[in-house]
Amino acid sequence: MKPVDLAGFALRAILTNRRRSGLSLVGVVIGVVAVVTLTAIGEGALRYVTDQFRSLGSSLVIVAPGRNETTGGLPAAFGGVPNDLTFEDALAIQRQVRAVKTAVPIALSSAPVSQQERRRQSPIIGATAALARLQRYEIAYGSFLPETEIDRGGAVAVLGHTVARELFGNASPLGETVRVGGWRMRVIGVIAERGTQFGMQVDETVFVPTATAMRMANKSSLSRIILELNPRSDPTAAIERVKEVLVDRHDEEDFTCISQDAVIESLGSILHILTLVVAGIASISLAVAGIGIMNVMLVSVSERTAEVGLLKAVGASRRQVLLVFLVEAALLSGAGGLLGLFVGEAIVHVGRLLYPAVDAQTPLWAIGAVLGLSFATGVVFGVLPAWRAAGLDPVAALRSR
Amino acid sequence: MIRVEDLWRTYQMGDHALHALKAVDEVIESGEHVAIMGPSGSGKSTFLNVLGCLDSPTRGTYYLDGRDVAGLPDGELAEIRLRQIGFIFQSFHLVARLTAMQNVELPMIFAGVPAAERRARAARALEAVGLSDWSGHLSTELSGGQKQRVAIARATIMGPSLLLADEPTGNLDTHSGAQVLALLDELHRAGRTLIVVTHDPAVARRADRVLVMRDGEIVKRVAGASVTDLASLFDFGEPTP
Repeated sequence: MKPVDLAGFALRAILTNRRRSGLSLVGVVIGVVAVVTLTAIGEGALRYVTDQFRSLGSSLVIVAPGRNETTGGLPAAFGGVPNDLTFEDALAIQRQVRAVKTAVPIALSSAPVSQQERRRQSPIIGATAALARLQRYEIAYGSFLPETEIDRGGAVAVLGHTVARELFGNASPLGETVRVGGWRMRVIGVIAERGTQFGMQVDETVFVPTATAMRMANKSSLSRIILELNPRSDPTAAIERVKEVLVDRHDEEDFTCISQDAVIESLGSILHILTLVVAGIASISLAVAGIGIMNVMLVSVSERTAEVGLLKAVGASRRQVLLVFLVEAALLSGAGGLLGLFVGEAIVHVGRLLYPAVDAQTPLWAIGAVLGLSFATGVVFGVLPAWRAAGLDPVAALRSR
Repeated sequence: MIRVEDLWRTYQMGDHALHALKAVDEVIESGEHVAIMGPSGSGKSTFLNVLGCLDSPTRGTYYLDGRDVAGLPDGELAEIRLRQIGFIFQSFHLVARLTAMQNVELPMIFAGVPAAERRARAARALEAVGLSDWSGHLSTELSGGQKQRVAIARATIMGPSLLLADEPTGNLDTHSGAQVLALLDELHRAGRTLIVVTHDPAVARRADRVLVMRDGEIVKRVAGASVTDLASLFDFGEPTP
């Protein structure tokens, strides 16, 4: 018995009972649509998050004071107060680690910002000129912080879009003076509207030179050092080298180095596992659909008892009868799988049009898995009906009507 | 050649056994035309099913062309039914969703015959039974006589040496019945062994020999030509109540 003929025979049987076959398909379709759309959303979310990180720059390493962030070492109380992260550290890294292209010292604080009567509280970021490049800030007016030695301060400020509008309305703030935490600063630039990025509200922020920000906030330690790596340099090796330099200066590892890639990777794997879990839950509905198929096939076998008797009379073996019904069930569920894939992809496509930001796309592994799974559903749940058909006594079967 | 010895077919009905066949001994030569008659429940269909390898005897031996087939596994029995035996039923047993042509093709599908050859052979077989014009019709669109002719084409498509017909004209009017019987005669003349179960003395008369069964046993063997009416055939020499 050739597979083509087997499929042809099964297909004719399926098409004879269109409504019943169709209804049993719906179950499979729903299951497959669920898997397809949910994994597409999961992968879309993963890509969205990854892209957000990538937009921060190609290959960044962040150094933060204190070693309790990710390494899980002794709490500060046992390891002593960590050393400050200083400009000297940043300069040492930039000089001694060849993989590091730029080191940007960052000081984070918050202060009231005012211009005449207008006043608001703003996050203050102390940074250097390079930050604009690393974070891809677009400058609406004027310029970003000046290119100077990284430890050099200055009474200049760059305003986020919202801050500029709230303090100056539609007037140009360029060259005007604002008060930042009691310090008088000259506005040298405004950053174009940007929106929220990882909870960092650039539009609400005031940028000043790092040294100035530290003096304003009366801090001795940098909040972060952002390291821009040379392209094609190995982040892992670079981090090792940075650690060596800093340990040499601090006598202990009282800081934390995170590469952006590592963050993306761990976030990615979390999202991936979430997607898998969701897909797994969705595929439970496939099992339910399988029971629907089993039911339809059982009805079909009992309706076609006489036919089974005839097939045996003309020379079909038990094995061939089993195959006939098994293939029928597998075709049913396989067709449901294909149809579900089609419908699911259509929904995903519409979703992409509606929410282009989340680039939802069903991953190939999910397509393969869901097609295989729906096919297997038919085979697994087709076994019982097919077994029943194959086991029919031909004499009794021929007599039934 | 068919040879059965001490053939029993027993159904266990609860705690009592029903013997559909009781110690049947018979030899049917190749190319013979045999009719099996007998009142309902006499075991003639059971005998036919056992001869057709659709049913297995509870006891006894069955030699088909010299081979003991009584205890063969399902796969081998299926192979015998496929290649050596053709069945014709009273109720035709065509698959309703298939065309006449597709019904005739069925055995060849299980034999793995390629599609093109299948269609050519089925077309020839339908032509032989005078149904060339009906090959594309669904079996539900055919008359009873046409259905039975399709069934005959299907039964002979694999070239079996043994044809078994269970009341082949039982559901047919006289005219269609005559057509079907003429076809069966033709097949018999071509050298096939033909065994027909029938109630109809006119059908039995065409046979070389008539086996008369009663309560699972062959109680009479007469020449086909000698059959006149059922009453004399089923007269077993007992007073009728």
